[in-house]
Amino acid sequence: MADVRLETVCKSFGKTEAVRELSLEIGDGEFVVLLGPTGAGKTTTLRLVAGLERPDAGRVAIAGRDVTNAPPAMRDVTFVFQQYSLYPHLSVFDNLAFPLRSPVRRSAPAEINRKVREVARLLHIEDKLQNRATQLSGGQMQRVAIGRALIRSPAVYLMDEPLSSLDAKLRGEMRIELQRIQRELGATVLYVTHDQTEAMTLATRIGVMDGGRLVQVGTPREIYESPANVYVATRLGSPGINLVPRATFPTMPAPAAAATVGVRTEHVRIRKAENGRSLGTVSWIEHLGDQDHLHVALGERDFVTLSDADSGLSVGDPVAIEVNRPLFFDAAGRRVAG
Amino acid sequence: MAEIRVENLQKSFGSFAAVRGADFTVGNGEFFCLLGPSGCGKTTTLRMIAGLELPTGGRIFLGPEEVTGKRASERDIAFVFQLFALYPHMNVRANIAFPLRCQSVPRAEIRRRVAEAARILRITPILDRPVSGLSGGDRQRVALGRAIVRQPMAFLMDEPLGALDAEFRRLMCGELRALHDRLGATTVYVTHDQLEAMSMGDKIAVMNDGAVEQLGTPREIYDRPASMFVADFIGSPPMNFVEFEAPLRRGDRCVVIDGAEIAVPELRDTASQPECALGVRPEHVRLSDTSPLRGSIYGAEYLGTTQIVTVATGRGFVKARVTSETTVRLGEPVGLAFRPEKLSIFDRRSGRVLRSALHDVLHGGGAHG
Repeated sequence: MADVRLETVCKSFGKTEAVRELSLEIGDGEFVVLLGPTGAGKTTTLRLVAGLERPDAGRVAIAGRDVTNAPPAMRDVTFVFQQYSLYPHLSVFDNLAFPLRSPVRRSAPAEINRKVREVARLLHIEDKLQNRATQLSGGQMQRVAIGRALIRSPAVYLMDEPLSSLDAKLRGEMRIELQRIQRELGATVLYVTHDQTEAMTLATRIGVMDGGRLVQVGTPREIYESPANVYVATRLGSPGINLVPRATFPTMPAPAAAATVGVRTEHVRIRKAENGRSLGTVSWIEHLGDQDHLHVALGERDFVTLSDADSGLSVGDPVAIEVNRPLFFDAAGRRVAG
Repeated sequence: MAEIRVENLQKSFGSFAAVRGADFTVGNGEFFCLLGPSGCGKTTTLRMIAGLELPTGGRIFLGPEEVTGKRASERDIAFVFQLFALYPHMNVRANIAFPLRCQSVPRAEIRRRVAEAARILRITPILDRPVSGLSGGDRQRVALGRAIVRQPMAFLMDEPLGALDAEFRRLMCGELRALHDRLGATTVYVTHDQLEAMSMGDKIAVMNDGAVEQLGTPREIYDRPASMFVADFIGSPPMNFVEFEAPLRRGDRCVVIDGAEIAVPELRDTASQPECALGVRPEHVRLSDTSPLRGSIYGAEYLGTTQIVTVATGRGFVKARVTSETTVRLGEPVGLAFRPEKLSIFDRRSGRVLRSALHDVLHGGGAHG
């Protein structure tokens, strides 16, 4: 295992600046997740660490060694792609064993057998070892692909949305498994996703990316509770943070520069308004089982709160809104202390 | 718009039974979700309704008319596929207009209907753009536009949001539901994503192994799962099962697990055998120092809005959804308390739920056997 260091790395494709002056340190044994939408530059960053792309400027170091210009094979990293790539003519066992049989790190058959079975157990595919890769479901194929990365012990694991092709339940299970496996192995992981739940639950630290820049790095709790700007605030939280003009809550104490108030859905109390003192009306109650998402129409805006499934409110009810722990943002979207 | 009725629908591919006797009615204007894991038969069912597969048994009605043996082109329905197939050489407008041009609809009418579809989908500004440069969401909207523009009796959608990223999926769920509310079109929607089904569906049919396991409103399915399969498939994280052995009888109001007495809704059934499981949703689990049901903290997943705490007990893992302010330490011993009125009890051999006071409030369209 090893640390990874990116120093003011830049990468453009033609006129598109995919990664702009990105600096990031990933400590030995750390699980860092790059979070952002499609096109934010997170996959390019991962490919720069893997050596699949060369940076236009800046440095990449793994385990203290400058690898900026080193080919992928010389970096001791493994890469798990979004789309599984397995050898269709080989069995699951042979697919998993493949990296161990490569000429540079040939292992003894008994050792290969032990490792393959261990990884298969971790990923719950022990009973599929003799199947051909093509006889597997999508979820199973992806687990084999992850297994092929786990079977080696590289300096760094690089993972590009490895769970996105799995169904929700399997994704949930694999999250916990990945977390556990990473801790057990003490592995250094750089992981890319657009799924905030994956980022929140897997990461030691999250790096939020926007338009090729790393806009904030911190623990999940830091990022959630103290977002640097509106963009970061909207990346985390499900349902998403409510953003309303400061004037919506005229009596709320707020810093002078505040233009927008951000309210997390769990920091809102809603009750039926009495004698016409309502701020909005209930427009939609989304029953999601564990909780209801109560949508309140505040003028043109949709304001979402979590409510107990037995709140007694119904569509059309005028409601009063009580806000706790608001976050304030200035006109440019930057956070201002409240 | 029309009702869709499916009677004892079956489909076999060789010796493999993909769908074994599906029965359901999609009400006029209803948003109906077929939900299940891959391989459960939901897409095959949808394809049979569309006329893309012929059933090996059973009947399909679209409105009053039986369409079981009719070609897809003879059924007045529009299909939206998982992978949006757009014509890459045409712009957005031409893509949306395509089905109407095939039907030789007059030009002025095409223009009007395309404009209307674009307005509903809020894609008017991109009508003259080529489809090649569009984002996933816009491509999906164009694909939907192509379905809407036909003004069919029903929409059939096969995981139309499957290719989008999670956040965008949530947004599109809201859009699709709002679109449904504006059009009032009968919709059958196939998904493996329980959150999509919960969020959008008026009714959900949970499919497993070629059969409909439970049919009901999202709330019924969530609160009163008919089987362990449904309980486990719905909810994120899904329902916890605490396995125990006891001769449960009609009228019982508590179960004893490892000496801890746990209050449950009064049983209306007597269990046929002693292997049972107590089902409890994570949000109905509380960490309580005084509770006699003990475990230790195994993991915590911080989600911001809430957090999921996994507790290891002598009977397996139990997940609790608690506020993100709760601090827990790994390995720390804790007690678990459950909300009694929300608990389900299952027969572990058959996987079916035992009737209890939980089901007393059941109204129309509830748990089907």
